Amino acid sequence: MKILYFAWLRAKVGLSEETLVLPENVTSLYELITWLKKRGPAYEEIFSDLNVVRIAIDQEHITGDAPLAGVSEIAFFPPVTGG
Amino acid sequence: MVIVQAEKFNTGAEIERITKDRTDIGAVVSFTGLVRDFNDGAAVQSLTLEHYPGMTERELEKIELSARAKWDLQDCLIIHRFGKMALAEPIVLVVTASKHRHDAFEAAAFLMDWLKTKAPFWKLEADNEGNADWVKERASDQDALKRWKD
Repeated sequence: MKILYFAWLRAKVGLSEETLVLPENVTSLYELITWLKKRGPAYEEIFSDLNVVRIAIDQEHITGDAPLAGVSEIAFFPPVTGG
Repeated sequence: MVIVQAEKFNTGAEIERITKDRTDIGAVVSFTGLVRDFNDGAAVQSLTLEHYPGMTERELEKIELSARAKWDLQDCLIIHRFGKMALAEPIVLVVTASKHRHDAFEAAAFLMDWLKTKAPFWKLEADNEGNADWVKERASDQDALKRWKD
């Protein structure tokens, strides 16, 4: 699965994207976040306050948990500030 | 039409392109967002916009479709830039054209309000001293959306 990071989340993780093979027991978005947090202090930090993280699944905004079956791309980013 | 580009654009030229030889347009409204030299009291020297290629275009196209469904528009254009921009350069353009002014005015405001809260862009502001900060979300931008809720 492709995971993307933008803005300060990208800067903290030090990557704009990575392709990860998820363990079988990671089947939902919240399980994915819990699993990512164990990958290191930078991940722990970016997901420490989920109120300031926005998420898109396959390029659609999403709020709350969601199943990951059939998903190819997940993006994590701060609230948008364009315009 | 939605255009996401690094290059500068010219608001006057875009309006002319939309209205040229059209006899069915009675009103054209445009909004141009510019890079200003302050934000929340701090000096700003340049602005860099990061975006999510692919999702950006999809979100903007959805917003355009919503506007066209709500108002009677003869044409609609959204241009949003990404990358590094100097002070006074244009960042975003919305042009709406309609038979009568009401639809063009309302649709342009709607497009900007939705774009600011849905299109995946992030602003990084740099000052003269080498500091750069990510712009924070504004509560007033969220509030602006409420007027469009039916």
